[in-house]
Amino acid sequence: MSALVQWFNERAPGMGAAYKKHMTEYYAPKNFNFMYYFGSLALLVLVNQIVTGIFLTMFYTPSAAGAFDSVQYIMRDVNWGWLVRYMHETGASMFFIVIYLHMFRGLMYGSYKKPRELVWLLGMLIFLALMAEAFMGYVLPWGNMSFWGAKVIITLFSAVPVIGPHLVEWIMGTLSVPGDPTLNRFFALHVVALPMVLLLLVVLHLGALHEVGSNNPDGVDIKHGPKGNRWNPDAPADGIPFHPYYTLKDLVGVGVFLIICAIIIFFAPAVGGFFLEPDNLVKANPLVTPASIKPVWYFSPFYAILRAIPSKGIGVLALGGSIVALFLVPWLDRGKVKSIRFRGRSYKIALTLFVIVFLLLGSIGADVMPIWLGLVYGSNAEAIVSTNLLIARTLTVLYFAFFVFLWAYTFFGLERTKPVPERVTTHD
Amino acid sequence: MADENINKGRRRFLTASTAVIGGAGLIITAIPFVETWLPSARAQAAGAPVLADVSKVEPGQRLRVGWNKQPVDIVNRTPDQLKWLDSLDSRLRDPDSKEPQQPKYCQNKYRAIRAEWLVFIDICTHLGCVPDYYGEVKPEPFDPKWKGGYYCPCHHSRYDISARVFQGVPAPLNMVVMPYHWVDDTHVLVGVDPPKGSPQLKGALTGSLKGVAA
Amino acid sequence: MTDKTFRAFMRTLSALLLTLAVALAASPSALAEEGASYPHVNINVHDRGALQRGARLFMNYCVGCHSLQYVRYNQLAGALGLTEKQVLDNLDFTGAKFREPIVSAMPEADATKWFGKVPPDLSLEVGNRGADWVAAYLKSFYLDPKTASGWNNTVLVNSAMPFPLWQLQGEQVAVMNPPEGGNAATVTELKLAHPGSLTPAQYDQAVSDLTTFLAYVSSPDELTRSHIGMWVILYLVLFTLFALVLKKEYWKDVH
Repeated sequence: MSALVQWFNERAPGMGAAYKKHMTEYYAPKNFNFMYYFGSLALLVLVNQIVTGIFLTMFYTPSAAGAFDSVQYIMRDVNWGWLVRYMHETGASMFFIVIYLHMFRGLMYGSYKKPRELVWLLGMLIFLALMAEAFMGYVLPWGNMSFWGAKVIITLFSAVPVIGPHLVEWIMGTLSVPGDPTLNRFFALHVVALPMVLLLLVVLHLGALHEVGSNNPDGVDIKHGPKGNRWNPDAPADGIPFHPYYTLKDLVGVGVFLIICAIIIFFAPAVGGFFLEPDNLVKANPLVTPASIKPVWYFSPFYAILRAIPSKGIGVLALGGSIVALFLVPWLDRGKVKSIRFRGRSYKIALTLFVIVFLLLGSIGADVMPIWLGLVYGSNAEAIVSTNLLIARTLTVLYFAFFVFLWAYTFFGLERTKPVPERVTTHD
Repeated sequence: MADENINKGRRRFLTASTAVIGGAGLIITAIPFVETWLPSARAQAAGAPVLADVSKVEPGQRLRVGWNKQPVDIVNRTPDQLKWLDSLDSRLRDPDSKEPQQPKYCQNKYRAIRAEWLVFIDICTHLGCVPDYYGEVKPEPFDPKWKGGYYCPCHHSRYDISARVFQGVPAPLNMVVMPYHWVDDTHVLVGVDPPKGSPQLKGALTGSLKGVAA
Repeated sequence: MTDKTFRAFMRTLSALLLTLAVALAASPSALAEEGASYPHVNINVHDRGALQRGARLFMNYCVGCHSLQYVRYNQLAGALGLTEKQVLDNLDFTGAKFREPIVSAMPEADATKWFGKVPPDLSLEVGNRGADWVAAYLKSFYLDPKTASGWNNTVLVNSAMPFPLWQLQGEQVAVMNPPEGGNAATVTELKLAHPGSLTPAQYDQAVSDLTTFLAYVSSPDELTRSHIGMWVILYLVLFTLFALVLKKEYWKDVH
């Protein structure tokens, strides 16, 4: 064994060094809490999506005439096809759950702040690529919701001044409605191009992180603290080797996560119509629009913002702005204190509100809010629609208000922070 | 550094057992993925039995049917073709059909249930081409002593009228006789063994020309 | 102190998430057919008797017009616990081979002539519309001289389908609300005018069986999924426990 390791080290001396740099001698703060599981879980889901995706590609037919039937072929005729597809479909939703929690962690503990702006930017690019990847994957089964989702989202580009209509034709590859050209290019992007982009971005994201080191729930920079731990006299005193300590801790997280995934995959793969939508069990039909067109749940907060605005141009701008705003967070937030534990009370309230606003926007984009309103207004459809719209607009304003507040609160020095300790405070 | 309290044995045991459990899980997870490659229900439907009506096939002629996406030939052999079978033994690789290229009940010199009817998959055992039927007993350019049979245009492999391969050709084995049985005197069910207890199962020849060339 | 506010923050947040989860769970019809909801029918796809009775009903009354193009007879045999011979003798009336899909024998041209359109494939009907909808639909036909077929339906108004189960349920007639202020007349109630060969309770059972069968057809994996799932979860719990003990052992190093 050691002879084999030596053989490799002599021929590829960088490999052992890289392993040490990123695993056994990557010193991570010892006080990671629950919120720190989601990075490694996202990586796990990515691997799952790639493996199950490769197998689905072996049986899927990328044509408007054959796509829908080939999905049913996978579900019924291919041995274990249903399992592979449910793993892929559940993985897609779990990917977003994990990523949203991962991003929320960043907001909670100021993980985007200097010197980790690049880590945040690369992470946001991953989020963007993931949204494109998920959208195109959703189109592939060519159900009626796939079809109309594709049409609606592509038509958003008609809001671009001057070239809008041409842009729509260029993306769609047809003169009217999505068809074979659209499906085939989405297929190529979904299975080849975007996964490569995602992988590259993930490598860069981790590379950038390991250059500057991980943040932690206290927001204490362990690199600037005292030196020397039981593994290395020069390493940060509050750091522990990523391997084996965090690899083993993450393994426990993986176990719990997989239990949740297994419950979904084996007992409720449609998750009440949220992960797999009933409307998509009908073949694409350019002549019949589904009763209500809405994206899968993970896009619904952004979709709610789009729908809340009665102008196409501004709606699309707001949709784009809601994502751009997240990119800008490292520069909007001028506060020096990273962790929410030591930040001002107003920030805690604002972030809590932001989460609530985001979730409620989701309930509006997924058409769940009208059902709740139905409990209040009964069958008064008019009242439900108008109240729903009012709430959607209020929430849209509040969504953007968070970013404005974040800037003003820190720029004008309104934040009253608590003293940040020298060393990390807790660990389990 | 400070190894004072480390119970190395316990660590080794826990690491090994967790690794074994995790590894076993990974292997078991791989099984469904491997099995997706097995023939699907659709592929199996393509291999479903095919019922062929041979009432219109004249002696010396053959009927081709598709089964499992492969050409199956049903040849109505003449006594003239059959009488040469024994004389060819010395020129064949496997005259007694010892290789498992046919069901037990077809392991005879006719490689058939009924002597006059040859039913087999017309695919060359060399590289999978479809050999042509040269039924007439007459000298052919590829074999001056030709007694009727199959000739593969790809690499010149030759088979006799029982689809047995000649020596000195690239093909290594006799062509495959798949499971089949006679439903009645004019219908062959390709792809299914004779029902349990049927005389067709015994490997003894049945039919009107029984023993004709003996 | 900081820890206390942090904990309070996390508690608020988790409470919020939990409320949302409960609220979502409490609105299962969220993504079903918009508007109306239908009486809930209890179906159990693991009930083999119901599946077999439902399959028989489907093959006797439905397959004349409706296909189950994604389902093969041999898959049916496996799910219903029947042999090849039983399926071919009792359920296969289209002359299809054992491994072939269940395709209606009705030519599309005739269908278009008779009904104005090709009757839909029902492989995914329950997945698409829900079991409650299917059951309600089958109980909501009534005589209506104004339609081409002589039948109408309160669940799918002006449905092109003539009622195929009328011999079983009998003939229902509608009690109408008179037209009011420009609005068309509405159906208030359906009354059984001529009883069929089944009592209302028996008919409800038949509809439930047929719906159960269509629910299985819509997602056949449901029959095996949960059995496998139990073992997978048991394994994962075992794995997680070992991982947890291993993690705790190593983390003794961290002070």
